[in-house]
Amino acid sequence: MITESILFTLDGQSVISKPGETIWHVAKRHHEHIPHLCYTPEPGYRADGNCRACMVEIDGERVLAASCMRQPTAGMVVKSSQSKRAVKARKMVLELLITDQPERPQAADKNAHFWDMADQLAVDATASRFQPAAKPVADNSHPAIRVNLQSCINCNLCVRACREVQVNDVIGMANRGSEFKIAFDFDDDLAASTCVSCGECVQACPTGALMPASVTSIDGVGDSLNYDRKVASVCQYCGVGCQVNYFVKDERIIYVEGRNGPANQNRLCVKGRFGADYIHHGDRITRPLIRLTGAPKGVDTGFDLTKPQTHFREASWEEALDYAADGLRQIRDRQGRYALAGFGSAKGSNEEAYLFQKLIRTGFGSNNVDHCTRLCHASSVMALLECLGSGGVSASFMQAVNADVVVVTGSNPTTNHPVAATFFKQAAKQGTKLIILDPCGIALKKYATHMIQCKPGSDVSFWNAVMHVVIEERLYNQAYIEAMTDGFEGIKAHVKHYSPEAMSLICEVSPDLIRQVAREYATAEKAMIFWGMGVSQHIHGTNNVRAIISLALMTGQIGREGTGLHPLRGQNNVQGASDAGLIPMMYPDYKKVSQPDIKSVFEALWETELDNQPGLTVVEIMDAIHSGTIHGMYIEGENPAMSDPDLAHARAALAKLKHLVVQDLYITETAMYADVVLPASAWPEKSGTVSNTNRTVQMGRQAVKPPGDARQDWWIIQQIAKRMGLDWNYQHPREVFAEMKQAMTSLDHISWERLEQEHAVTYPCPADDLPGHDVVFGDRFPSISGKGLFVPADIVAPDEQPDDQYPTILITGRQLEHWHTGSMTRRASVLDDLEPAAIATLNQQELERIGARAGDTIRISTRRGSIELMAREDAGVPAGVIFMPFCYGEAAANQLTNPALDPVGKIPEFKFCAARIENTMP
Amino acid sequence: MAKQIPPQTTPKPHPGSSRRKSRTHTRGRQVDQHALSEVRELLVQQPKQRDLLIEFLHLIQDRFGCLSTAHLAALAEEMNLPMAEVYETATFYAHFDVVKEGELPPPALTIRVCDSLSCQLAGSEQLHAALVEGTDASQVRIVSAPCMGRCDTAPVAEVGHHHVDHADIDQVQEVINTQNFHPHIPDYIGYDDYLANGGYELLKHCLEGQYDWQDLQKILADAGLRGLGGAGFPTATKWKFVRQEPQPRYLTINGDEGEPGTFKDRFYLESDPHRFLEGVLISAWAVEAEAAYIYLRDEYPAAREILTVEISKVVHAGLAPPGGIHLRRGAGAYICGEESAMIESLEGKPGMPRHRPPFVAQVGLFNRPTLVNNIETVFWIRTLFDKGSNWFSTHGRHGRKGLRSFSVSGRISQPGVKLAPAGITMQELIDEYCGGMATGHTFKGYLPGGASGGILPASMADIPMDFDTLQDYGCFIGSAAIVVLSNQDNIRTVAINLVEFFKAESCGQCTPCRVGTEKMVQLLQQPDWDQELIRELSDVMADASICGLGQAASNPVNSILQHFSPKLIATDLANSVTLDQRDKL
Repeated sequence: MITESILFTLDGQSVISKPGETIWHVAKRHHEHIPHLCYTPEPGYRADGNCRACMVEIDGERVLAASCMRQPTAGMVVKSSQSKRAVKARKMVLELLITDQPERPQAADKNAHFWDMADQLAVDATASRFQPAAKPVADNSHPAIRVNLQSCINCNLCVRACREVQVNDVIGMANRGSEFKIAFDFDDDLAASTCVSCGECVQACPTGALMPASVTSIDGVGDSLNYDRKVASVCQYCGVGCQVNYFVKDERIIYVEGRNGPANQNRLCVKGRFGADYIHHGDRITRPLIRLTGAPKGVDTGFDLTKPQTHFREASWEEALDYAADGLRQIRDRQGRYALAGFGSAKGSNEEAYLFQKLIRTGFGSNNVDHCTRLCHASSVMALLECLGSGGVSASFMQAVNADVVVVTGSNPTTNHPVAATFFKQAAKQGTKLIILDPCGIALKKYATHMIQCKPGSDVSFWNAVMHVVIEERLYNQAYIEAMTDGFEGIKAHVKHYSPEAMSLICEVSPDLIRQVAREYATAEKAMIFWGMGVSQHIHGTNNVRAIISLALMTGQIGREGTGLHPLRGQNNVQGASDAGLIPMMYPDYKKVSQPDIKSVFEALWETELDNQPGLTVVEIMDAIHSGTIHGMYIEGENPAMSDPDLAHARAALAKLKHLVVQDLYITETAMYADVVLPASAWPEKSGTVSNTNRTVQMGRQAVKPPGDARQDWWIIQQIAKRMGLDWNYQHPREVFAEMKQAMTSLDHISWERLEQEHAVTYPCPADDLPGHDVVFGDRFPSISGKGLFVPADIVAPDEQPDDQYPTILITGRQLEHWHTGSMTRRASVLDDLEPAAIATLNQQELERIGARAGDTIRISTRRGSIELMAREDAGVPAGVIFMPFCYGEAAANQLTNPALDPVGKIPEFKFCAARIENTMP
Repeated sequence: MAKQIPPQTTPKPHPGSSRRKSRTHTRGRQVDQHALSEVRELLVQQPKQRDLLIEFLHLIQDRFGCLSTAHLAALAEEMNLPMAEVYETATFYAHFDVVKEGELPPPALTIRVCDSLSCQLAGSEQLHAALVEGTDASQVRIVSAPCMGRCDTAPVAEVGHHHVDHADIDQVQEVINTQNFHPHIPDYIGYDDYLANGGYELLKHCLEGQYDWQDLQKILADAGLRGLGGAGFPTATKWKFVRQEPQPRYLTINGDEGEPGTFKDRFYLESDPHRFLEGVLISAWAVEAEAAYIYLRDEYPAAREILTVEISKVVHAGLAPPGGIHLRRGAGAYICGEESAMIESLEGKPGMPRHRPPFVAQVGLFNRPTLVNNIETVFWIRTLFDKGSNWFSTHGRHGRKGLRSFSVSGRISQPGVKLAPAGITMQELIDEYCGGMATGHTFKGYLPGGASGGILPASMADIPMDFDTLQDYGCFIGSAAIVVLSNQDNIRTVAINLVEFFKAESCGQCTPCRVGTEKMVQLLQQPDWDQELIRELSDVMADASICGLGQAASNPVNSILQHFSPKLIATDLANSVTLDQRDKL
């Protein structure tokens, strides 16, 4: 790459190129848009120079050059629009390609970029002087993507999209010459291929050969410009926080594209791109519902989602809100403040989360407020707060590309954080060592240096052994330890007893490999650790994270670019909801409720007395219902009747409540226990801010109106608050945000207006006009001492060990296509078509052991329940293990899971329980 | 004691629509365990390097007669490669037969009939038709194939790996009957004979430090040795350029002699392989290469066998380090004669030419500085040293210097490799080296540089033939492959043969070449030629294609329009049937 500015001549004009610029870019800066087909200026796309539509003439060169690839040299004389040869070549290229295209009115995308280029060059699409070649057959196998290769110009942008940008490696260029074509795997139908449906190829395609099926007719005619408006927002699914554009036609979202946000650089995954139409599903509730007197509560009552009138009647907002609030108020007034609890949502905005916790704390009067963070990363947050003084990540996941070693443990990012995974895969392709520690052989292993399949639940033994090696071989960073940490002697003494040889018996990883990982991580210039719920969802989840933190501290692998600790957060706003105080022991910004000086600050801000008792957590609340302490609940956008462990127990608790108010989009499993259901708004129907796993606050904008009489969540929460006696009068989320800034220093220099303009700002942010810090803890930790604390972690065995009766380990988790409890994604038509029914995955040997074949119905039983579902063969699942996603109501995995809790994080052990599997058709 | 819990009986409500069925396996094609064990058996002891993909595909194709998708999926798994990347390479090369589920594998025996110009002139179309007629399609597959580098013995058929020269149906049938499908190994100068005649002395002196690399470079420079693969770049300068670049550096030898009409490299490999190998090792020494990679076209199985045997002798003798010479096998792709495409192929990928800059001397094999030389180029190194640079440059005619190995075929009495002075004219070459025209043929025109070097009429047979002398006529000498045409050859048939060759061999990556060659064939098939459109398309192909293939693909047509009389063209167009018409007949 040329690293300095160059003076050269372009069409007779003296121009200066910036370092790295191509002729195409320089021309663009000088207001000449040189035609281009195979080149896109979008981030992440290498120029390939194959279409030859951007040719320029360079003095002294025999042939023309592709301006998208060529960097000027000093004194070069380039002719672009002034070159007859170049213009002739450009026009001929378009004429050749147009010959084999469908006629424009019948094109796969009649407003594709390709036609713009033809128009720009004034090439008459109807007047080619050549004969067309044979037409390829369309591939309509995929529910979301239409493949019409008649429109394909073999520019291979889709290959670069698939291989280099998303690193999914499905599309290639098969054959050669006039047989040259794009192919999925072995030229398979798209739906039968390994395609993960990220749709990057669709967004990259300049012709419409790859088109969203939603804007294409079955005979392959489409129009990408047939929309009414485009709304810039943020994705509604995971914590990656991809920026999106919603394309709206007739008040429906017809398709979605990625925007150039810091976390996604235009990329999306299948959910973000093809999973938006759940908001238009017929199951949406559009008016408030009140349970009919005597109608039974629960999911086993023959409830039909299409006929809610058997159990509920419609009511006006006034009546429903009064009814909802009256029930809560009566319980508060009769049974006391501790008789109520609330679950807020990590799927809503920061403003909604803030209002919800404020309602519970000031209106209900207790700290009994929690949300699904308890089920995903509570242990991570507790350990990070304890050791480092902050629950946030130390560096964004994009830093992976700067790291020499990346460790991914207890996380399946290609499934659960697909766009973050693209950065890991890119890093690995560029030479970063990727080390994966997981019981299952995950898809990312194709790019890994080491795929270490440890025994489930053995994390602490592995990490302590790694630290043992780091200390034994003096690979630790003495200077860092002295300057930045406390407690090294303690951890040193502690891990002395954890030799690789001894620990290898527990984690089943060879001592040599443990040593190798220790050396590679500790001696790397820059190393990062990412983890997910495979680490956190254990009764030893906090210990797991403590061990990981200790390793990073003793090696000084934190606080610099390309280093750090990053728990990959689950929900789109689990970071923001936690920051906003949607947790029972903390106010906004993780201020402890039990600390009197802090309590008084919030009492002043909220102008009311507050309770100094930390509230109950998710699973504790369910227990408190059973024990008769809690009688009423307000649940906003959460589905504990699917997401809690041991569902029989959790559902019985919900059924026992005297009064349950549920605010959601559908009659979820939880709403089947509700006394009143308030129809809420989906993410694309609201405006508000949201904070992703990288600590980046982003602006979500309303794309469409909520259906019928469904309302904004912040409005509903405020209505309940008013009826609970609070004098709230917020007119817009921006007012809520302004109040949050008073309570949260993390939002300093981040204003609503700034977010409107910049779309995203990362906290902590040093000034109104400077970007936020992508990497933190460089000079101090936000703990009281400013230092990081080593907290030794002991080995704690998983709560329920396999035995003769239940010999198999059940691990639960998620699927690429489905989100959480499935209430949204199973109503998204494409996602539903891609993963239509409940499955459990296990390897071929396990299938053989129970005499079953892939596709058979098997029975999985634990001490808490038994379900039947289809077996899917997956070689990645190790022997003695079965994996189940928890999104399927018809076979709810959490009927089986163990509710035992981590003592610190109060997170249940979703990742380990003893099970028995049987063939139902022996 | 755990209590027994009865399974649920009533279906729970759920929001799914159940429009489609759930997958029973993970996404995409599953790896067949049997195929995987077969592939593992073939690859045992082999490093699973990405650059060996083509070698592994050959192993499977040779063992099973085709590449089933089951084996390809297993190979992808074993090499930890995406299926798409395996498929790209497998389908790019003509010698791989990818067989998908439900498709029949090809018959056990494949006969390739050369359809390039010299063989076509000698009746390969009739041979092809006769073989189709005379063999059992369930047992034998007859396919057309491009130039096999045996144009002096046209027409040629390859039965298995047994080449039949001057082929007719009886000889082919004889080979089938005797089941002799192995290549015939000609007599050649072996290791001992080569050594006895002073072979490898120069190399030893180089390795022992008696010569500096610049001593040899000077000899090459003084002799005026230029790249004999066709580009004619001064070899000494290339050494210098590569040596300027940081280590590690590589040497690659371009043995993909695919230019129709060219067979000189095969001639030298099959007669004096050690003179070539000594040149390879001296070149590697000169640029301090980490290793030398010899890329040999798959059409030369005899040469491959010779080199395999002789390289092991050289290594055994300690003249080359173990693993210092890699002999790699092409798989049927003319484009891999283009140096950057060859490098891609050496890396196990489809042979897609790269863009310049950067040049391969800077960014070549495995993205390292790379010296790329043709077989004949390095073949000359020892000879030039032994005989002195003056000896070479004393040859030459019409002001040109040096010797050229002309591969001459077509309508002459004595085709073959003719080592003749640079600058010799066509007429002189025919008269003095080729025994005149073949009986009954009148000289009509000639191709001075294979399929891509253009066509000149007999009236222009007095032009000195060398690098740089033919540019003014829109032609070039290239690899010095001369095909002589006579009054019995139709100019349209010749043009279509040549452009169809480029169409079939285009890598497909850039529009002017991929679509241009296809549309050019269409235009040439029209009863009358739209000369204006042909010229316009030709200009753009020449100006805007990425590599030399597309840039030269329209040369035959261009030079016909430029140099042949309108009357001759009109007559030949009127007297020929287009391919469309022929298909209908």
